[in-house]
Order: sequence, then C-alpha cells, then structure tokens
Amino acid sequence: MAKKLSIPLMSEYAAEGKTPEVLFWVGCAGSYDARAQKITVAFTKILNEANVNFAVLGKEESCTGDPARRAGNEFVFQMMALQNIEVLNMYNVKKIVTTCPHCFNIIKNEYPELGGKYEVMHHTQLLQSLIDEGRIKLTDSTEFKGKTITYHDSCYMGRGNGVYEAPRAVLAALDGNLVEMPRHGKNGLCCGAGGAQMFKEDELGDRSVNVERSAEAINTRAEIVVANCPFCMVMLNDGMKAHDKEDEVMVYDLAEMIVDNMVDG
Amino acid sequence: MIQAIIFAVIAVATFAIAIPRYLKIRRNILLGKDETVVYDSGEAWKNVALVAFGQKKMFKRWIPAVFHLFIYVAFLFTQIELIEILIDGFFNQHRFFANALGGFYTLIISTIEILSLLAFVATFVFLARRNLLKTPRLSMSELDGWPKLDGNIILYLELTLLVGITCMNGADQVLQDLGAAKYTDTGDFAVTSWLGPLLFGGLSESTLIGIERFGWWLHILTVFGFILYLPISKHLHIFMAFPNTYFARQTQKGKMVNMPEVEKEVRSMMDPNAAFDESVMDEELPEFGAQDVPDMSWKNIMDAYTCTECGRCTAVCPANITGKKLSPRKIVMDIRDRATEIGEKLDSGKTEYIAEDKRTEGAVLTVDNFDDGKSLFDYITREEIHACTTCNACVEACPILINPLDPILRLRRYEILTESAGPSDWMPMFTSIENSGSVWAVSDDRDKWRDEALKG
Repeated sequence: MAKKLSIPLMSEYAAEGKTPEVLFWVGCAGSYDARAQKITVAFTKILNEANVNFAVLGKEESCTGDPARRAGNEFVFQMMALQNIEVLNMYNVKKIVTTCPHCFNIIKNEYPELGGKYEVMHHTQLLQSLIDEGRIKLTDSTEFKGKTITYHDSCYMGRGNGVYEAPRAVLAALDGNLVEMPRHGKNGLCCGAGGAQMFKEDELGDRSVNVERSAEAINTRAEIVVANCPFCMVMLNDGMKAHDKEDEVMVYDLAEMIVDNMVDG
Repeated sequence: MIQAIIFAVIAVATFAIAIPRYLKIRRNILLGKDETVVYDSGEAWKNVALVAFGQKKMFKRWIPAVFHLFIYVAFLFTQIELIEILIDGFFNQHRFFANALGGFYTLIISTIEILSLLAFVATFVFLARRNLLKTPRLSMSELDGWPKLDGNIILYLELTLLVGITCMNGADQVLQDLGAAKYTDTGDFAVTSWLGPLLFGGLSESTLIGIERFGWWLHILTVFGFILYLPISKHLHIFMAFPNTYFARQTQKGKMVNMPEVEKEVRSMMDPNAAFDESVMDEELPEFGAQDVPDMSWKNIMDAYTCTECGRCTAVCPANITGKKLSPRKIVMDIRDRATEIGEKLDSGKTEYIAEDKRTEGAVLTVDNFDDGKSLFDYITREEIHACTTCNACVEACPILINPLDPILRLRRYEILTESAGPSDWMPMFTSIENSGSVWAVSDDRDKWRDEALKG
C-alpha cells in the first residue's frame, strides 16, 4: 500500500461542515474482538484504496442493542437504539455500511420505526458494487485462484435479509472454486452464536452447533471457509479447533481476502 | 324418499355440531392481542396462491411433496363429486351432473379416479413413513400419544374415503353394463371401468346396488366425520393453510416486532422534561412480553391452529439437531393446546377460573379476568426458549408460513422484562451494554483499533 491509511471520524467531517458518502458502522466485535479488528482494518484499507469517502463514529458509536433485544431485554435495546439514532441523525447520516450482519439487520429493519431511517449495506454488498464499478481491481492471479472455498451464510444476511448472491459474486471475482455445503443459502445452518447465544453457555445437548457446522464445512474438503459475520468467525474458528483442523482449514472474511489481492490504484 | 330424509337429518346435524366447533377455534385465535400483519394485500394473495394453493414450499423436500400433492389434488377435485353427492342426497337424485355434462362428466370422474388411485398409494407411503420407516421427524417424543394417533386416524379415514369411492363407482359401472334402471350411462371411468368388473363382476343386481349404496354412504359419512373431526385434529391445516398464508408476516424475517410501550417509557426516561411525570409512577406495573396465550398476538395462535405437526421446523433447528430440548414444533403445539385449554375453561364459565382479586359478587368469567393458575410456562420450559439462536431456519422451513420464532421471543421478553429472570450469563452482557455501550465489559476505548491501525 503506497498510500497512508486514513480513517476519518464523523466529528472531524462535521467540524469542516461536511458529510461523508458513507458511515462505516464498526460494531462491538469489529471494535474489540481481536480477530474482527483485523477485518475492520482490512475493510478500511479497501475503502481507502477504492477512494470511498467514509468515516467512523469512533467513541460515539455504541452497541446497537441486538443481543439485548434477542435475549428479551427490550429496555436495554430501546436505550441503545434511541441513543444511536440520536447520534446518527445529528450527523445527518444517510448511508451506512457495516461488517456485522447483526448491526446491519437491526439498523436496516428495526431502527426505522424508532426514527432512524438510513440506507444500510453490508460490506459484502458494498464490496460487490465496488468490484462491479471497477473501483476495486483484483490482481489477475489472486492467491485464492483455483482454491476450494466454501461459504457460510450468516442467518442475519441470509434468511434474515435474503442476501445470498453478493458474497458469492465477490468470491467468484477472487477466482476461487466455490463448493457449497449441503445446508447453504436459504437452508444454511446457523453457527450457533445468534439470539444472544454468543454470551451464554449452551443448554444441555449432544454437541455445540458450531462443531456441527464446522464438520459440515470440513466435509466439503474446502481449504477455506468464508464467513461474513464476526460472530460466525469466532464460532467457526472454535469449531475448527474442536476438530483439530485449525491449521488446515482457514476461516476468512471477504474483506481480508480482497485486501491483499487488489491492484494498487 | 326416506333415504333423502335420513341424509338431510345427518347433514343438518353434522353442520349443527360442527359450526360451533369451528367458531370456538376462531374465538381461541381471537384470545390473542391485536396486531397488524398484512400491509400489502397483493403480496398476501400471492402467498395464498403460491404457498397454499401452489404448495410451493412443500417442494423443499420433493419426495413427500409429490405424495402430498397426490392427496391434495385428489382432495380438491373430489369436491366436485362431493357437491354432486350432496345434491343427490338432498334431492334423491342419482349422479345429477351426468346427464347435464355428458362426456365432460366422464372426464371429470375419470380424473378424480386417477387422482384417487395416486392418493391411495400416497396414503400407504405416509402410513409406512409414520409406522414402519419411522421417519425421524415423525417419530419424536413430542408426538407420543394423541398426535401420533391423530396422524394415523387421518390416513385411515382417507383410505375409508377411497374404499367408498371405489365401491360406489365400481358397482355403478357394472350396474350400467347390466342395464339396471336408474343407473344412467356415464361412459367408462378411467379406473372403475376395469376395477369394477374385476371386483364385483358376476354379482347379482341387488347385491351390486347394495355395494353401490354402501360406497355412497361410506363416502359421505366419512366426509361428515372429517368435518366434525378436523377441529380437534392437526388435519385442520387443510382449511387453515389459506388464511394463515394470507396473514403471513410481510416484514423481513430478521425483523423483530417492536414494543411501543417500552419505547414510550424509554423515551420519557431519556427526556429530561418528563423525568418527574408522576402519572407514570402511579400506574400499575405493566406486564411485558407473553407468559400465556392471551398475551400472544392473534397471529401466533392462528399459526398454532394451522400447524400440521410435520416437524420440518424441528428437523432444521440447530438447537434440536445438536440435542437440545428446543423443538419449534413443540412450541407451536403447546400454544395450540394451551389455547384450547383456556377456551374450554372459559366455556365452563366456572368462577374458580376468575382471578382471585377480581372474584367479586356476580363477576362473569371472561378472558380479561381469567386465571387458572397456569401459563404457557407449564407447557414450555425455560431451557427450551433459551436454546433458540433466532436463526429463522424454522420460519423458512414451514410449508404454510407458520412463525415459531416470534412466540419464543415473546416468552423471552416476559422472562427478562416482567420476571427479571433469565440465564445468569446474560446479566453481565446487559450491564455492559447499558453502562459502557459494548457487549463486552472492556476498559479500552472503542476506537483503540483505529489508533493502532493509523500508527501502522
């Protein structure tokens, strides 16, 4: 990367009386989880490379309230949602992109009736349009060319919002050899994290959902499993460890796969 | 003439008993809270056409879908013959449509016969799946007892119907060949023109008339039996599938239903001017979420009465697949069974079901003062609702657009908001979100990643 990385804050834009093209909503995982931070940074690098005029909220961002709401705690959810909407509306935000399907779903579907109406994109959708528009150019021979790759649909992008094609289109652009798991698309199996499961122990059962899902991914003989959600990422990585496959099957986010395979603009 | 009178008495009695039974189901559905679910009637009718009429979602599993289609299409077409039976029965006619329709009548009945033959095969396949092959989703413990018996009774009744049609048409075809009086020439039916002589050839005219009448009565009595039986059976889906697909939620599956009452409260908390509004303080502490059927949306209860217990939802549930207790089908069945229980208790009118603090002199039992000391939590355990990942696989799997996820989330809301209970693991998460705006209790600044990235 020749250019110096730039990650402007909304407050910096506002100080100059400007608004960026798009707000990048980082999310709790993207901000704090070590693995998800890498995805966050990779995505900002891509935005820089594609000359996307973006900003982040920094300290002004809070949890969207998703796990609280799904657990049943509507009070905590409403508090977070109303605070966040206040901040977003103060900055006159029109367009949001996020690397987290839970943030995506809740801002897109649940904030509007509380007064927060924005155009919301998941980063895989933005990546697809940047590739289509030629704002991101991939090298002729990406490191994923011909590699066997399987794609894990997150519940909140897939069934929750019907987004199945954009991430697969990006994978196709990387020249990977996509093999689907038996349960994919509309019939995809959950990683086990949603509905605030991420934040508690499992109920008594035979095995964990992520172990079941990882086995399915391993059985495709893929070298790489692609996730689009920081929580799926944690679950699948742990699943691979449970099967002792963490050195053989890599779990990546699309942003990480693209960032090292772009032609410098 | 005497036959017409007997028929009329049985028919009128059937409807007189059946109509209140169906109205009770309607009443039980309306025990739930109001909720607007349809915003676009065009979309709603599209769902009826594709999902209910067109069986679109059944074809996610194509083998059962094909056999189910045989029975379904046979059922639809047989309605034509049923109308004729009703006319013949009330007005003492024989094959009323035959003369009017001529060759077209032969075609219609032949179609019904071919479909009936396919339905006959399908019914045996379904009996085998339930009793011999023990298909996993049809053999789970939540089906023990009545649900299992119910599933089989329906299939046996279907066989009875088909035996009736075969006797009726088969004997009729032979009687026509014999030139028996009253048995007008209908042309050759596709199946009974060869099956009739095979089964009944060589029998005397009076025996044949006996078989034909037996088939006719067996058919119509089974239909009447069906009408009476459906309100207590999972087979009610043959009617409920249509309104239920019409009233399917039209929002994205990922969207949870808002709670305006909580929104209002939080807004007033956040508004400094409303901080000392005492009228809010004086109000009785409201209950949030659902602990029982009347706290659910009417749509949750309609879903419950629509369920045909196929278990496609449970077969794709990640919690169930990995051995947890949660089964979306059981949740839906529990809501139905509890709604039926409440309905029966309300019908009893017993004052013992009036909540103690409302049991004043002359008080009449209604859903508003109802309290039998039970709730849905007597049917559904906490362990079940805690195991849900909200992945929507169950919602996607249902062939008639039932949503098992929505009631689970309403139960969770009751547990957390009204009881202040729930998994203890969740409490630090709530506290952390509330206090530091993050799902994890972390001391770092939220933009530390940015500082580090910019350092390079």
